[in-house]
Amino acid sequence: MDVNKNSYTFTFAAIMVVLVATLLSTAAISLKPFQSKNIEAEKKQNILSTVGITVSREEAASAYEKNIIDSYVINNQGNKLDGDAFNVDLGIEIRKPADKQLLPVFESIQNGEKLYILPMRGKGLWGPIWGFIALKDDMNTISGAVFDHKAETPGLGAEISLDWFQEPFIGKTIFEGKNLVSINIVKGGADADDMHSVDGISGGTITSDGVADMLAERFKQYLPFFNKKNSQMKELLSKSEIVDNSL
Amino acid sequence: MSKNKESFFSSKNKKLLTDPLNDNNPVTTQVLGICSALAITVQLKPAVVMAISVLVVMSIANVVVSLMRSFIPSRIRIIVQLVVIATLVILVDQVLKAFVYDVSKELSVFVGLIITNCIIMGRLEAFALGNGVWKSFLDGLGNAFGYGWILIAVAFFRELLGAGTLYGYPVIEKLGLYEIGYENNGMMILPPMALVTVGIIIWIQRTKNRELIES
Repeated sequence: MDVNKNSYTFTFAAIMVVLVATLLSTAAISLKPFQSKNIEAEKKQNILSTVGITVSREEAASAYEKNIIDSYVINNQGNKLDGDAFNVDLGIEIRKPADKQLLPVFESIQNGEKLYILPMRGKGLWGPIWGFIALKDDMNTISGAVFDHKAETPGLGAEISLDWFQEPFIGKTIFEGKNLVSINIVKGGADADDMHSVDGISGGTITSDGVADMLAERFKQYLPFFNKKNSQMKELLSKSEIVDNSL
Repeated sequence: MSKNKESFFSSKNKKLLTDPLNDNNPVTTQVLGICSALAITVQLKPAVVMAISVLVVMSIANVVVSLMRSFIPSRIRIIVQLVVIATLVILVDQVLKAFVYDVSKELSVFVGLIITNCIIMGRLEAFALGNGVWKSFLDGLGNAFGYGWILIAVAFFRELLGAGTLYGYPVIEKLGLYEIGYENNGMMILPPMALVTVGIIIWIQRTKNRELIES
């Protein structure tokens, strides 16, 4: 058989393409349920870790049921909408005009304190980055932060998913008086007593900046929600001296 | 016929395995795979993961191409090799994502890098297309080990000097060197220092074996 004839080359290429395509699509379809289960469990793990709960992937679903007491979707006016917060794909939402976006909110109570968990999504150096920020009910103090990424460089930008980068966010505040200032990520190290800054990553400046931009942009969308919650809180405090302990 | 009866580990076959470790190293002698040697040697852990992944892909790809070698039309052989590598890599990635999610997260961007690793293409083209299955397998293993040890050696120095850790463990801190004024060299985590480190390894190798020096 002459393997260098044109007809042979074409036939070979055609058969190869069909075979490989069948092989790959079969693999993709049959493995999809397992993969989505992993991704879903990881998302639950991430949400839980912002409120200080570390669980294995297997336990994530039950721990999520137990600890996340409420989840809902709001718009950028701070009004509740219908929709399943967990299954909102922020990757799609952030491409929509601001007033059409669905903004998920998750609520949890830890040590008698209500925490609001907001999902984040933005751009890193090579691809999307995302994360979750847990805010205390003053809608100002960060009580937990988790970040992850698709394709940042290991050892550099990918460090955003590590504890040393995430832990300094805890206790920082996103408001200066009435102004939303978000969190700055400072190249070369942040001042320890600066309440709105954390350390950046050496060699990962573009990813660090991406995280800062993501936070500023996302917090801006939630601003009406923050204001609403704050005025509700004031009303509640003025109506009664007793803070609601029933939760 | 005597050729076919050559033992699995004849001296010739052993050479296939050991040559790439030193005198015919894919990175330091053939100067292939430099791009990934720069990109992923910031820390030891990714370097080890990458070395293992390349080992798996390279040995399987070499075997597959060697099996197909008499059917591949020579004009599209590069494309066929690329398809074999890419298919293997995607399959491995999908399986990892489904069953060992943590490993797949660890691999993240490397999966793409494996496809573009010129060592794999180089070995398919230079060796597997013209040699038997067993020999190709050994050649794949040998070259992967040759690539892997350089990767790990470079990552060792870059992580130790650049971040003061080894495999994430804070060695320098535990030794108490920071207290006497030692500082990490931030330049080590940038790609140029990987090239310099590889350069130093090449330098040492060539002082030891003068035959490698071009006239």
